Amino acid sequence: MKKVLKYFKENPIVALLLAATLVMGVSVENFASWGNLSNLIANTTIRFVIALGVSGCLITKGTDLSAGRQVGLAGCIAGILIQRGDYTGRVSPFPEMNMWLILLIVVVIGAFIGYLNGTVISRLHVPPFIATLGMQTIVYGICLVVTNAQPIGGFQQKYIDVIAGRWGNPREFNLPHLLVVMVIMGCIFWFIYNKTTHGKYMYAIGGNEVAAEVSGVNTGRSLRLIYMTAGIMYAIAGYLLAAKSGGASSGLAQGYELEAIAGCTIGGVSTTGGIGTVSGVLIGVLVFELLKIILQFLGVNPYYNYVVQGLVIVIAVALDIRKYVKKK
Amino acid sequence: MSEYTLEMRGVSKSFPGVKALDNVQLKLKPGKVHALMGENGAGKSTLMKCMFGIYTMDEGEIYIDGEKAEIHNPMDALNKGIAMVHQELQPIPARTIGENIYLGRYPMKKVLGFIKVVDHQKMYEDTAALLERVHMNFDPKQKEGELSVSQMQSVEIAKAISANCRVLILDEPTSSLTQNEVDALFRIVNELKEEGVAIVYISHKMDEILKISDEVTIMRDGKYIGTWDAKGLTNDFIITKMVGRELSNLYPQRNNKPGETVFEVKDFTSINPKSFRDVTFGVKEGEILGVAGLVGAQRTELMEGLFGIRSHTKGQILYKGKEIHVNRPKDAIDQGIAMLTEDRRGSGILGVLSVADNISVASLKKYLKHNLYIDDSKVEQLVKDNVEKMNIKTPSSKTQIQSLSGGNQQKVLVGRWLANDPEVLILDEPTRGIDVGAKYEIYCIIEELAREGRAVIMISSEMDELIGMSDRIMVMCDGRVTGFVEGEDMTQEKIMSLATQFE
Repeated sequence: MKKVLKYFKENPIVALLLAATLVMGVSVENFASWGNLSNLIANTTIRFVIALGVSGCLITKGTDLSAGRQVGLAGCIAGILIQRGDYTGRVSPFPEMNMWLILLIVVVIGAFIGYLNGTVISRLHVPPFIATLGMQTIVYGICLVVTNAQPIGGFQQKYIDVIAGRWGNPREFNLPHLLVVMVIMGCIFWFIYNKTTHGKYMYAIGGNEVAAEVSGVNTGRSLRLIYMTAGIMYAIAGYLLAAKSGGASSGLAQGYELEAIAGCTIGGVSTTGGIGTVSGVLIGVLVFELLKIILQFLGVNPYYNYVVQGLVIVIAVALDIRKYVKKK
Repeated sequence: MSEYTLEMRGVSKSFPGVKALDNVQLKLKPGKVHALMGENGAGKSTLMKCMFGIYTMDEGEIYIDGEKAEIHNPMDALNKGIAMVHQELQPIPARTIGENIYLGRYPMKKVLGFIKVVDHQKMYEDTAALLERVHMNFDPKQKEGELSVSQMQSVEIAKAISANCRVLILDEPTSSLTQNEVDALFRIVNELKEEGVAIVYISHKMDEILKISDEVTIMRDGKYIGTWDAKGLTNDFIITKMVGRELSNLYPQRNNKPGETVFEVKDFTSINPKSFRDVTFGVKEGEILGVAGLVGAQRTELMEGLFGIRSHTKGQILYKGKEIHVNRPKDAIDQGIAMLTEDRRGSGILGVLSVADNISVASLKKYLKHNLYIDDSKVEQLVKDNVEKMNIKTPSSKTQIQSLSGGNQQKVLVGRWLANDPEVLILDEPTRGIDVGAKYEIYCIIEELAREGRAVIMISSEMDELIGMSDRIMVMCDGRVTGFVEGEDMTQEKIMSLATQFE
């Protein structure tokens, strides 16, 4: 109990939003429903996958602004390749493909983009902010070329059923298939961050890159691996998101990088480097999704969502920095 | 009117894990040079930073002309006529000398009667006058980054003077100056004295202190030891007061026998023509090779070159007779070489990470199970062994290393390297910023490393420490090795004469 209180004291945003959720659950009709929970889990999973990708960049004092657009590109490519053979608006030049092969293809593309990010950052020493900002625009351009700025639909039903399906009765208790992804990804990342040399090196680089290099860590290789992993996560997220949305367009996942960074920061990943846990990322993303649902149920004009989300990001980082800027 | 220009009373200041100042006092008289002495880590710089408003005192008061003064930041200090030349200079290299001097208080003028702009003409004229006063013949519009360290120091002094200060703090001003520059500095100091400025002079150089100062205050371990009239003080008296015990038991007994040469360097030359060049030396098993030199002698650069942190153009490194190629730290580490870097904060500790993470980072591959994941119990064992062996004081293995004291941080870093069982250890200023008690412990650890048959290369700027610990001392000057001294020849005078053999 004391631990929980201490956690809330150190993470006031989490405490505040959980309190708001409780209040909403008690006072607003339909807020505490199985359907809502299931939606929350599905939405959280996709953001969680993206946030896990970004978390490595943040822990090493970097960032990845190309995340959202990479998710979008992966979603569009997956969307094109997954189109039914008999779909009239079909744009895919290839015959109908197996959905898992398509996942593999987008993952390879994502890994390549991420590796490019990592290379520019580690070999050309371009600050991550700039390198990934450039990549954001490049990827968006590619996405426009690939889709010809047209929305993509007509997906294989199996793809939608497997990814976006649910177990249970949709009117009563039900859980989304995506929950499995959340659990598996969480476990994999927990293992990487806590148990492998790569994870330890990642924290070491975030703690002090020069010291890590002096201690024999191949910091360049670690960074490339981190950005590449991030790219893979965005690709997976894009693949999942397209199925969940039932369609894709070049605007898919726009701005998701900021949501992911916000989720990480709310969850205690420090922008000053070296600090962050997988459980923290999950809590951060979950809380951020709760915020969105609360705003929606309160009937706030959706355009204001951006205003609120932006504020939360800045406040979260300000609170985080406050922990480390000690009084002289 | 008080007889003191500035008085500090009962000053205390704590940092996490260290009490840096404990009830310290300092009284400055107008027109006098007041030397502040003490070992590294005695709290001199901290006291000055409290006076200058960089740190906030936990307890204590400052009186200026007998009246209580509140100083919360450097701007307050400057407004009250206190100026400081910092030990570590922080100029803005891409801006001109004039802009550096007048940063934050540019002379202004009005254009068209209402738009305030910087009056560059006045700024550069004033700068030229100031530079003349500190006997520097420079163009005020020259970029600060083009100056040498000593020249930047002179600019800093010019900046301090420009504030029309009544109290001037000089924190180790001569550590990087040549004799001519020191003379020039002393001339300026004497001129300021005549104008009634109270000067605080921090230095380790005994002869300078006795030459320039009127009064001496000595500190030790953050405590005030006493204030004496400089006349009639002797070196021995000052050292005894500074160290607080007899010099004889400052260093552990040495009884190791150096064996075969394990590490040899031939014609090692930096890619930077101003840095180390044509360096040739060797270290034997179980030997402690001291490396002496003035600031700017390129000792650190040489060692970082050998460890692959910096690049070299030519030269050979032989390890046990075989040539090895070192292009990055990992190459050296893989061969069994370790290096404790000079800048503990900058390139040593992983601040926000735990003691366990810090101690294991260079040897993580050793704790892998099934070549896949790290066995935490092995890391715990490593921490436990080191905590016991080196008497590291830490609440737990999960404690953030930055909350430990400097000495304990250093021990953790030594432990990091020992985990790899290296045969050659390069220690760059291993006791810098460490309090006296912990220093002796570090010395004992170094002595033990040599006794175990490891070759130790130790850079130090503290002459006593080098002489007390080394079997042999290599002296560098301006990037070159100017000689080796051994046995009876290891005296301050011999080393200084080699260290000042400029070409």
